[in-house]
Amino acid sequence: MIDWGQLFSNAAVELISPTTAAYALAALGLAVHFGFTGLLNFGQAGFMALGAYGYAISTLTFNFPVWASVLVGIGASVVFALILGVPTLRLRADYLAIVTIAAAEILRLIFTTNTYIDVTGSANGLSGYKGGFAALNPLPEGTYGFAPFTNNSYDTWLRIVAWTIVILACLFVWLLMRSPWGRVVKGIREDEDAVRALGKNVFSYKMQSLIIGGVLGTVAGMIFILPRAVVPSNYQTTLTFFIYTILLLGGAATILGPVIGSIIFWVLLSFISGFIARAVEVGWLPFLSNVQAGQLRFVIVGVVLMLIVIYRPQGIFGNKKELAFVK
Amino acid sequence: MHTVERSHDRKLRAIVVFFAFLLTLLSMSSLPAASADDVGTDEYEFVFSGNVQFDREPLENVRLTVEGNGYEAEVETDAEGRWRVGVPEKDTYTITLDEDTLPEGVIVVEGQASVDAEFGLTSTKAVNFFLGEGVRETTSYLDTVIDRVFNGLNFGLLLALASIGLSLIFGTTGLSNFAHAEMVTFGALMAFTFGVVLAVPLWLALPVAVVATAAFGYFNDALLWKPLRRRGVGLIPMMIVSIGLSLAVRYLYQVFYGGSTSQLPGVGMAEMQFGPVSLSWVDIGSMIGSTLILLGVAYFLLRTRIGKATRAVSDNPGLASASGIDVDRVIRIVWTLGGALAGLSGILWAYFRPGVSWDMGFQILLLIFAAVVLGGLGTAFGALVGSVIVGLLVELSTLFLPSDMKYVGALGVMILILLFRPQGILGRRERIG
Amino acid sequence: MSNSPAPRRGAPVKTTGLHIGEAEPGVAKVDPIVVLDGVKRTFGGLTAVDVEHLEIPRNAITALIGPNGAGKTTLFNLLTGFDKPNAGTWSFDGQTLAGVPSFKVAKMGQVRTFQLTKALALLSVLDNMKLGGKDQKGENLFRALVPSSWRDQDRALEEKAIELLARFKLDGKKDDYAASLSGGQRKLLEMARALMSDPALVMLDEPMAGVNPALTQSLLDHILDLKTQGMTVLFVEHDMQMVRHIADWVVVMAEGRVVAEGAPREVMQNQAVIDAYLGSHHDTDLGEDPTRVDTIKELLHDDDRT
Repeated sequence: MIDWGQLFSNAAVELISPTTAAYALAALGLAVHFGFTGLLNFGQAGFMALGAYGYAISTLTFNFPVWASVLVGIGASVVFALILGVPTLRLRADYLAIVTIAAAEILRLIFTTNTYIDVTGSANGLSGYKGGFAALNPLPEGTYGFAPFTNNSYDTWLRIVAWTIVILACLFVWLLMRSPWGRVVKGIREDEDAVRALGKNVFSYKMQSLIIGGVLGTVAGMIFILPRAVVPSNYQTTLTFFIYTILLLGGAATILGPVIGSIIFWVLLSFISGFIARAVEVGWLPFLSNVQAGQLRFVIVGVVLMLIVIYRPQGIFGNKKELAFVK
Repeated sequence: MHTVERSHDRKLRAIVVFFAFLLTLLSMSSLPAASADDVGTDEYEFVFSGNVQFDREPLENVRLTVEGNGYEAEVETDAEGRWRVGVPEKDTYTITLDEDTLPEGVIVVEGQASVDAEFGLTSTKAVNFFLGEGVRETTSYLDTVIDRVFNGLNFGLLLALASIGLSLIFGTTGLSNFAHAEMVTFGALMAFTFGVVLAVPLWLALPVAVVATAAFGYFNDALLWKPLRRRGVGLIPMMIVSIGLSLAVRYLYQVFYGGSTSQLPGVGMAEMQFGPVSLSWVDIGSMIGSTLILLGVAYFLLRTRIGKATRAVSDNPGLASASGIDVDRVIRIVWTLGGALAGLSGILWAYFRPGVSWDMGFQILLLIFAAVVLGGLGTAFGALVGSVIVGLLVELSTLFLPSDMKYVGALGVMILILLFRPQGILGRRERIG
Repeated sequence: MSNSPAPRRGAPVKTTGLHIGEAEPGVAKVDPIVVLDGVKRTFGGLTAVDVEHLEIPRNAITALIGPNGAGKTTLFNLLTGFDKPNAGTWSFDGQTLAGVPSFKVAKMGQVRTFQLTKALALLSVLDNMKLGGKDQKGENLFRALVPSSWRDQDRALEEKAIELLARFKLDGKKDDYAASLSGGQRKLLEMARALMSDPALVMLDEPMAGVNPALTQSLLDHILDLKTQGMTVLFVEHDMQMVRHIADWVVVMAEGRVVAEGAPREVMQNQAVIDAYLGSHHDTDLGEDPTRVDTIKELLHDDDRT
């Protein structure tokens, strides 16, 4: 029979998991891009990959301390944003989409190729870079928290750091968006020509927004790899699409939407995949093998994405009037 | 004042060009690939392994590639001639031994440098190659170039079939359809369903697959996009809907067809030599077929009334509608035609890769987009030109890029072209503003 | 400025004596604010604008009229940096504008509105207005994070905005989304927003199009007000009634060229103007892009033959 308690407890783990935090942060970056500025960035996976590889390569190849590795990742993503932005931010919105999606894919292919296997680990990816971060852990050995949120010292430390960053980032974006800077950026989302006619350097603001959201994605990429290894196949275009789903689930032009969206996404995904796996075991889905059934959850993600955009474009927490879609 | 702005602009451009240059340089300097004799075995539980020996002597640094289900890995043998590769799924993979890395005078027995391997009951599988003495036929650089050009043309033409559909849909409805790749996959899957599963003769199975994909395109419009247009959903929300559709449909394929790669009948047919070019009947048929179809599409767009109406709607939908053109009918036809073309493209892609799999269309989605953007968004003939360029770029870039980076060149060139000619090769300047 | 006069009724005071010599195309002005020389813009084979010489008089209301496709909006776009001409030079207040991007043109004090109103729909009316403010400290990314550095300026801006909104009878709507305004109210909002930066030259592209007739009179009064406050107005309009009523000077364009200039009454009687209007097809609006009609012509041609 299905052990519902176990299913719920497994799903609850995702409530505060570092992966949920990482996706929330990446989605917050995308909110700055898409929700507030109207930039169609389809390369958030690329920004995340730069964070992951920037951190891991700096640590493994160059033996950089944690702070320097973080700066390398952020620096790389600023350069990446400049390269993407300069040719496309003057053009129609969909050009940015195509260029960012292609650039992210180029990054992934470069990280995957055998040519640089010494540095990138090729398809195998990288591991063994967690020492520096673990060394900063002030918590003594032992277990912390209560079931189902029981973790060892490293995992607890990671959760504290990840969610602190998420909260600080939310505060940062909130401050920005209620300032005159945020007003300009939201104006650009509505109609950039109008803002231009009011004497604002639209290109510069779009670039600033692209960099800020990209850096948030990059930091998310770093959080993402701390509980696991760096694997290039994680950074496919599909990752960007999942982050869009999270963003739209919570509400594109909201601060907390991405966080709530990420929590809902991961808790539900974990619950659904757990449920389907058990359901196959007890014979409720007779025509499907376990592997096949596992893919059903992504079908559900796709359908949910479509339904949100069509029926609730402002997201769960967005204001109906404030639904943020560029025309 | 204005010169400052301009030079600023130029400086930024220079920086971008510099980075692009750096990127190319980096990728061209072929660093010696480090020998990894053990790839992906930590990550995945299914492992291929083998031992490359000749005359009972182990051969070191022989390169092998394992490819299949969208996964690709490269491995080199260690001092004992051993290698191990982990793969994500229990399925069929193509394992190729790179004859260039064998010592002088040693070759793989004719036609066995590439084998399809499959797991039995266990999660490991040993794969060995039979080596013999012999002299490898080496080809000259020029011959390789010519061979790649033919391959590139073949690939470009099949891309064109898909990208013209995408471009026409974009032109008439403004939708950037991310689910176009799923129509490409659908064509191949239908060909597999009818040609292999139901064992319908190929001459019937392929047209049925194309018709089925045309119907798929028609229902795409009738059941989803037309109602959304009616609701007045914006273009960018529609684009995101297409992303959701793409995800849902792609994984639905995987649910139904599994994650494995299957072959259509006729794959692996003997290749014939035409000078430096080696082509199979499938290749020749594919090139002739796609050329004829493309000529047909050109005739349709240039000479028939409905084709002209299609171009008119692309040019100026408001005016076209005011001039009495039934815009909805045009869009319906474009979706159906786009579906048929994508389906055919999928079948040809299944022969070109070779193999039918659930995400085969998605693998070339970005190349299709690159082709459309290169040629100029919304112009059908631009998509054709763009596709051929992308096809050639992909195949020719393997001359100086490692083969696992062959898409990098094409995508990089697309970004560079956008930098200097954002309207694409055949696009008109006014529309991008 | 703060105690602006209530909108007046009756015939407005016309500014005269603006030009030097005979009123003909390209005539010199006593005190020009904008001067164009040899400005030409072509789209493919079509010449949209081809102006040899044109001067816009300072502190006066100049109307730019002409049949559809005469190049009025294109000229607007060129003047404000939204489009680049193929040739020519033009200056604003003595400063050359060739190659100056649109946002800098606006910063120099030359602010425009658009034919299709660009109210920022999902911003509140007040935020729309505040966006028009010049040199805001809080628009800098780093200062934005320190609210104390911009709060005072923002408050002053808000007062100014509310004052302007009151003048345009929009103060009751200040917290609503601009999306909820009627077409006419959006026109008013756009004009009010343009005034937030205290411009020297206000360029209005068809300010009356789509405006509820009940609002027309107050809109006219607002435009006249701008002149009394020392601003220069250049506007594009189809409504001859309105042009005759408020314009001090009229520039007539046809097929990209300036065909006549002069005081409203005289210009209306000019044969070239009458020809320009009668010779053109009033009813054929080619849509936003006049160059992309080839295929439709081809189709219509087919129909003619069959």
